[in-house]
Amino acid sequence: MQSTSAPAGAEASTPLIRLARASKRYSNGTVALRDMSLDVRRGEFVSLLGPSGCGKSTALRMMAGLLEPSAGAIEWPADEKRASEHTRDVSFVFQEPTLMPWATVFDNVHLPLRIAGVSRARADADVRAALALVGLSRFADVYPRELSGGMKMRASIARAMVTRPRLLLMDEPFAALDEMTRAKLNDDVLRLWRELGLTVVFVTHNVWEAVYLSTRVVVMAARPGRVVEDIAIDGPQPRLESFRTSPAYAQVCVRVSESLKHTLSDVGADH
Amino acid sequence: MLAPTIERAGRDAAVDDDDAGRRERTRARRERMLSIGAPLLVLVVALGGWELFVRLNAIPSYILPAPSLVLQTLWTKWPSLQSSLLFTVKLTLWALLLAIVGGVALGTLFALSRTVEVSLFPYAVILQVTPIIAIAPLIMIYVDSVMGALLICAWIVAFFPILSSTVIGLRSADHNLRDLFTLYQASSWQRFRLLLAPSALPYFLSGLKVAGGLALIGAVVAEFVAGAAGKETGLASRIFEASFRSDVPLMFAALLLVSLCGIVIFLVTSWVSRKVLGHWHESELKRER
Repeated sequence: MQSTSAPAGAEASTPLIRLARASKRYSNGTVALRDMSLDVRRGEFVSLLGPSGCGKSTALRMMAGLLEPSAGAIEWPADEKRASEHTRDVSFVFQEPTLMPWATVFDNVHLPLRIAGVSRARADADVRAALALVGLSRFADVYPRELSGGMKMRASIARAMVTRPRLLLMDEPFAALDEMTRAKLNDDVLRLWRELGLTVVFVTHNVWEAVYLSTRVVVMAARPGRVVEDIAIDGPQPRLESFRTSPAYAQVCVRVSESLKHTLSDVGADH
Repeated sequence: MLAPTIERAGRDAAVDDDDAGRRERTRARRERMLSIGAPLLVLVVALGGWELFVRLNAIPSYILPAPSLVLQTLWTKWPSLQSSLLFTVKLTLWALLLAIVGGVALGTLFALSRTVEVSLFPYAVILQVTPIIAIAPLIMIYVDSVMGALLICAWIVAFFPILSSTVIGLRSADHNLRDLFTLYQASSWQRFRLLLAPSALPYFLSGLKVAGGLALIGAVVAEFVAGAAGKETGLASRIFEASFRSDVPLMFAALLLVSLCGIVIFLVTSWVSRKVLGHWHESELKRER
């Protein structure tokens, strides 16, 4: 990974990615997102939280470059020069594991590097390291159908990590998993975030998950999709299991839930 | 024999202890016996009944020959039937091969270019829905080589399933995976080779199973229309000839060979499908119970 020559202090304050009044209006007239402004700094763990239709996934896909804003812009203030190349440093984890059923776990994780022209042999160490990160070392030669839902998601995360991304985008990755698996994967993602110094933007509709994971929770409302509130989350870092049961955690959850409730009553008032 | 047993010792079986493994194998063997034994039993009963019916009623062979007589005819006429069989097999396989080449090529073109698809697809459909037996006489007129004309007829019939299954298959790739390829800036070739082609494979192979049978039907029908022209003739011409001479046992013998061709084609295409998809696609996986 290359780093810019800016001093560390300046780097920390310059946002990695910025949504500048980004809007998305589809051709059928639906406004998925209106005037969303958001700065994500290096090392942050930001959750986008809101009901369905609030544009949280739209915002995420715009950051990935999978969707063009119809107004406003997506900027990479930290390195304007490399603007065209920045997408190479972004990884995306979908709600479904999105693995290729015809390829082994190893080949699935190898995919981003293979597309970049790195042969199987040269990528071997990186792929195995990524598998080790998510605890799938023993399952390299297994096909996805032989894995449980949680393990499939781990393979999907390993694939996202193999390129050493600067920005990891996750679109409700654990929504389809059971509660125990979800809690385990939450801790795993936090560990990766901490140990690798990742920047994560995480989309969810689960208040408890958002508060537990994030350094910041961005609460969004629907029709039209927009940001309602940007709440900084304090709490022990690294997160300990005891944080889940602490009064402080419960307090923040209540605070975020109330903010979310307002977004829902707003919708009622509109109609 | 007709129902393909889907044999797949799951990787998971290795994890099980010996006892469970043995039980699993016993169950698999029993299922295999059933899928081969039951149709075989039906065959034996049907043929036996037929034989008995003919013998008891003393039905003359020009009306209904006994199975034993059909087999005997197959044996005595084998030298001449063999060359007909080879001709039909050759015709069928060439038609199938050309259908695969043409269907995959055009299907890929359709999937890549909406314009090409919109302009050509209606004609592919017209080609498909017009009965081959109605086009064949015209093809016979315009194409000098008999072999060439027969080949075109068989090709037309076998071509469409390959084309449509390839088009649907190439379109069926998972949307998130497509996005993933976009995110990592894959080239068109990488996208085709690593995503679209593997996604299309199950569809293509089911198209191939249909096309294999249709190629044989096309080859036989075309030859019926062409009549017994040319030096080389296939099984259809033999059936035709034999019917003129009221040689019913020979008709049955040739018919038997045509059926056997179809069965072999089905078994081979099923085997290929199982070999290619067996390790990952739902259609060819054996579920553990």
